[in-house]
Amino acid sequence: MDILNIITLALGEMLSPTTITFVLCALGLAVHFGFTGLLNFGQAAFAAVGAYGMVISIDTLKLPLFLAVLMGLLCSIIFALILGIPTLRLRADYLAIVTIATAEVFRYFMTTIGFSKVTGGSNGLSQFGGEFWALNPIPEGNYNFGFVTYRADQLYVLMVGWGAVIIGALILRLLMRSPWGRVLKGIREDEDAVRSLGKNVFFYKLQALMIGGVFASIGGMIFVLNLSNVQPQVWTTNFTFTIWSILLLGGAATILGPIAGGMIFIALISLTQGLMSGLVELGLLPFLTQPDIAQIRLLLIGLSLMLLVIFRPQGLFGNKRETQFNV
Amino acid sequence: MSNSKSVSIDKICIGEAAPGCRKVDPILIADGVRRQFGGLTAVDVEHVEIPRGLITALIGPNGAGKTTFFNLLTGFDKPNQGNWSFEGQKLAGMSPYKVARLGMIRTFQLTKALSLLTVIENMRLGAQKQPGESFLTSLIRPLWIRREKEITEVADSLLKRFKLDAKREDYAASLSGGQRKLLEMARALMSEPKLIMLDEPMAGVNPALTQSLLDHIKDLKSNGTTVLFVEHDMHMVRHISDWVIVMAEGKVVAEGPPSKVMKDQAVIDAYLGAHHDTDLGTMSKPVTTRSKKGDTK
Repeated sequence: MDILNIITLALGEMLSPTTITFVLCALGLAVHFGFTGLLNFGQAAFAAVGAYGMVISIDTLKLPLFLAVLMGLLCSIIFALILGIPTLRLRADYLAIVTIATAEVFRYFMTTIGFSKVTGGSNGLSQFGGEFWALNPIPEGNYNFGFVTYRADQLYVLMVGWGAVIIGALILRLLMRSPWGRVLKGIREDEDAVRSLGKNVFFYKLQALMIGGVFASIGGMIFVLNLSNVQPQVWTTNFTFTIWSILLLGGAATILGPIAGGMIFIALISLTQGLMSGLVELGLLPFLTQPDIAQIRLLLIGLSLMLLVIFRPQGLFGNKRETQFNV
Repeated sequence: MSNSKSVSIDKICIGEAAPGCRKVDPILIADGVRRQFGGLTAVDVEHVEIPRGLITALIGPNGAGKTTFFNLLTGFDKPNQGNWSFEGQKLAGMSPYKVARLGMIRTFQLTKALSLLTVIENMRLGAQKQPGESFLTSLIRPLWIRREKEITEVADSLLKRFKLDAKREDYAASLSGGQRKLLEMARALMSEPKLIMLDEPMAGVNPALTQSLLDHIKDLKSNGTTVLFVEHDMHMVRHISDWVIVMAEGKVVAEGPPSKVMKDQAVIDAYLGAHHDTDLGTMSKPVTTRSKKGDTK
């Protein structure tokens, strides 16, 4: 077992495009749940809608990348409107039911053979990355950063992705410290009270749903651009629950939380995988075989998340004072 | 101890004080407002007018439809039929937030403090016309920071008046029940409403706070705000209201100045009970004055 290798692998995972995707989705979910109190269990669908919106725009409509990205964002805004208009006037639980169902509907819709000319069906689409990679300004070659080495194309994706995370986080910080953010937090606490103070609660909730959705869509786009393919089976409820885990780990009503939470969560997954695989190899875990590890490790992560939510409900980066009043 | 600056009847209503009587200067007029829950008619108000610039109490036994009537007037519930207008503006079918923007702000029977917002943030949220509350402007701080300072100043002076200034940075969740009532009232005042509707402002407030709440409500009147409140505390009704409207089984059954309404046999039978004026020895402050009267007997 090569401990050093396992650790560098985990550290590398902290910055990987997968982490970027989950971080962006978790930031969006923080807007939904942490700041506005919307129970969105279909964040994977927002990511998928953005990704498919962009890919289909390139593949079928032959739009340039820049316009295709805008199309993807527009799609996720429309998706938010479709989900939000009928449900946001109702109690919070209805949004939860509708989002989780719609996410599954969308995923199955994308695998339908009837539309496979446009959507690629269950095989997905893969001929769309050309313009994105052509825009790479970094010269060919390998770049060494101490413990990790990146190829030019890897470095390019990371720069674009983390750039998006940083810009997104700064915008969120501005928003949440403004009077607009204050209204959202008010809605989270008691929407009738906010209504009685003359605020259009429905419109604010719709705005929050759209903005959180846009974050997830950008995450989805980076995910598919990195892999140069988009497949329907990625956007499962598992994807959504990973985002939820990251949000709760980091702290729901924070901005640093989803970012650091995402990095820690993904690194933990990689670390437990590496360590357990190593231990099995050494014969120290005689009751386990290699294929069991993937399951056991998720089980352990689930358990630690439960403990975290019970003993530190505000998450790693949340304000401790907030949880002194559990009403 | 009685309402010393009481307004004479003919300056409030036209003709005799009777259920549904016309007012000299009404701020709110409701006509034929009816709300049914299945077979139960919760509210069935034929005609009622709220006088401007005065303190009006809405009383009645439990289940009389007072809170439902409040909900209907402010758009939080929709009536089966009826019309009502605020300063001549028709309100039927209007969303609650639009009603509030017209200057008709309500509070709730079960206090709605925004728990995980600080006291000062609660207050700021009550203000109107903050450009930073719209999405795009919120991103550019210089566009809203001046208004924010104005708002904060108003909020701080209100907090001082309501003796909550020491709690400024605390979460609203850490306040006591009575303090939350005060906060909710202060927050409602942030928008300088023309009509403030208080749903049981005294419920659960300890006697020491009661007096200061009463003073605050009287202050509102002297600042030109119209007050309409639901209350069960007869002592409060008697001492601060200029006008009393009595509801029972959804209907307005009596109206008039407090001294007169309290003596109305129908009101006594329906609500107050025969011994409502007898000192039971456990009432709040002014009981002492009354027991003194008892001594002289």
